Amino acid sequence: MFNSYTETTLQYDAELCINCDLCSIVCPHAVFTRGEKAAILANPLACMECGACMLNCPVRAIYVDAGVGCAAAMIKAALQGKKVEEGTCGCDDSSSACC
Amino acid sequence: MENEFTKTTSQITAADRWDTFQARVGINRSLHRVRPGLYALGSPTPDSPVFVTANYKLSFNALRASLAGVDGWILVLDTHGINVWCAAGKGTFGTNELVKRIESTGLKDIVKTRVLTLPQLGATGVMAHIVKKRTGFKVEYGPVRAEDLKEYLFNGQATAAMRKVRFNIKDRLTLIPVDIINYFLPTLLAALILYFLGGCFAVTAVVTSVLAAVVLFPILLPWLPFHDFSVKGYLLGFVVMLPFMVQSWTNSTGPLWSRILRLLPLALGYPVVTAFIALNFTGSSTFTSRTGVKKEIFAYIPVMGWFFGISVAITLGLAAWKALGG
Repeated sequence: MFNSYTETTLQYDAELCINCDLCSIVCPHAVFTRGEKAAILANPLACMECGACMLNCPVRAIYVDAGVGCAAAMIKAALQGKKVEEGTCGCDDSSSACC
Repeated sequence: MENEFTKTTSQITAADRWDTFQARVGINRSLHRVRPGLYALGSPTPDSPVFVTANYKLSFNALRASLAGVDGWILVLDTHGINVWCAAGKGTFGTNELVKRIESTGLKDIVKTRVLTLPQLGATGVMAHIVKKRTGFKVEYGPVRAEDLKEYLFNGQATAAMRKVRFNIKDRLTLIPVDIINYFLPTLLAALILYFLGGCFAVTAVVTSVLAAVVLFPILLPWLPFHDFSVKGYLLGFVVMLPFMVQSWTNSTGPLWSRILRLLPLALGYPVVTAFIALNFTGSSTFTSRTGVKKEIFAYIPVMGWFFGISVAITLGLAAWKALGG
């Protein structure tokens, strides 16, 4: 109950994996762990959709709709008439303490 | 090509500490920058390791301070004064800037090594295999935190703990001062308006609601019930309003319906202020996904709007009723 964090956009195709280990190295939440023949998607719900694994996967075995999970940025985007997905973290202007 | 570099040390001076303090309380937040380019830490040779960081002064300082006693090179990317993780999320700490900076500093001619050590969180903006293809430099991701860098260099690899981003009490406390400053003016404005409607009682209530969100919420975050920040915030806001509800109930006179109506803004409106600020804290946290935050926004912003609207209507209605001699 009252948990909006029960799904993410992370997709992983173990068939394509060449087991280079980069996804488990770059993930800050141990979503991927090292496996015998391919990386293991161990904890998908911990994914914060930062996109590091997707960017560093040399064989495109990982897809995630990467973005910043920042309500302030999304609400600001919505108020400006944009889609909430277009919100980017506003840390370059001193308006918010975000990240 | 410049083929030039600036010398630097691991020393953190009083001026650096003053800079950190200013950044943490939000003074001149965009001015804490280091000039992008190549820096020589200590007395590096062409075989010394190369570390890459952002041109946010706090990032640069954390890196050089944690490398005390190490001779090495520091390649500072132009991230417009933003820290590594945020800049990586925007792509300014990214593949293109890294490639460009390698070329403009003439790094290839200055060092013999073909390995770059990047902070792990830089991976959100950098494609290691593309950097290798375009420059010949192999990107290796070091630990999340600079403080673990020496151990990483010594062991040649990062432990699982070094690879995980945290959000512990110290990390959360660091965020409080800048948020106090950020919410000061809006709170002052709200307090001024509320003073005319509800006197000192309303002013104290709104200040309490904001402080609950800005100070108590970050501290209590892991222990507040439920996952959603909005719900955690609402419950916290409701609890801090309980004394106000008791006081309102015991001190208010008049018909029963007016006493009940007076409770509603305290139960709905003020806690929504706490909930809204709490929801905005998702951006400061280190674990909320965009999918989840989006769901929170669509689920709770309308409810917050209703709670707030009802409270405003009741407050104005009661003020009008009182003014008319009710």
